[in-house]
Amino acid sequence: MTGEHGVYLYAVTRGAPRLCLDDLTGVASRPVRVIEEGELTAYVSDVPLTEFGEEPLRRSMEDLAWLEETARAHHRIVEAVARSAPTAPVRLVTVYHDDAQVRELLRERHSDFLTVLARVADRREWGVKAYAVQVPAQPAAPEPETGPGTSPGRAYLQRRRTALRGREEMWRTAAAQAEKLHDALTGIAAASTRHRVQDPKLSGREEPMVLNGAYLVDSAREREFAALARDMTDLEVEITGPWAPYSFTALPGEAAHDDSVAR
Amino acid sequence: MTTPSRVEPRGSRLAAEDRLPAERVALVDLLDRLLAGGVVLSGDIVLSIADIDLVRISLRAVIMSVRSEP
Repeated sequence: MTGEHGVYLYAVTRGAPRLCLDDLTGVASRPVRVIEEGELTAYVSDVPLTEFGEEPLRRSMEDLAWLEETARAHHRIVEAVARSAPTAPVRLVTVYHDDAQVRELLRERHSDFLTVLARVADRREWGVKAYAVQVPAQPAAPEPETGPGTSPGRAYLQRRRTALRGREEMWRTAAAQAEKLHDALTGIAAASTRHRVQDPKLSGREEPMVLNGAYLVDSAREREFAALARDMTDLEVEITGPWAPYSFTALPGEAAHDDSVAR
Repeated sequence: MTTPSRVEPRGSRLAAEDRLPAERVALVDLLDRLLAGGVVLSGDIVLSIADIDLVRISLRAVIMSVRSEP
């Protein structure tokens, strides 16, 4: 197989597989199989190195259609696995040369994987995105100087200044509320981390995003968590999920994800 | 009442709150996680993730696709 196929790794769980693999289609429309080693099970597909080799990958990662298809296939498998057992998803496009290397990985990082899997058991990841609410253009506050004697240009500048001040103020308020919201959600969550805020071009919203948080939440506290996210602030909030615990899988010894707080 | 959103040209609908198709918006959230999260492994893998700036690549790809929409 070496030279022709690689082994694409999606996720790792503990114990024997508890889902039907026949129904699953992985990346590059490949079937999914498992590699079991010790207490761990790795979910993998055999992929052609003509597509998943180093050089082809460098090119394909810049091709949005390819990236989307691959990301969705990866996600589909991780989701299916995560529904069946506590799961450690693996970073997109992690490809080994053969099964032996995957087995070696499972042996070497056995206890690290068990630690991660214990951390995410009975918990799910939720995304909370918050946007600064667009304050409707303030009805021109009384401007005493805008009397009959004020030139139109001067009056215009004054209105602009007022509008800009209003925007800045709105932004500051929203950012402060986002911090408070994140802190409060972190208080309920078992762990939290913040992804970088999405550009309006990507978020699809005109309002600036002020929070793009990910939270690992105990199943028993999901309701409380969602209620707090929705009601605590005046910010416009979008909740996404539940996700497999993508954002909470840093192995011991690995640099934690950006300012993640694990408890 | 009529449903103006159905007859408005695509441009003005895109300018409203659902500027991006739901599918695409979800992709952004997905890439946040798939490219920044997940267990990072090194060693014998075919391509070392550290070699390429995945986040930059994905953002550029998504932005390009947004711009190229009619």
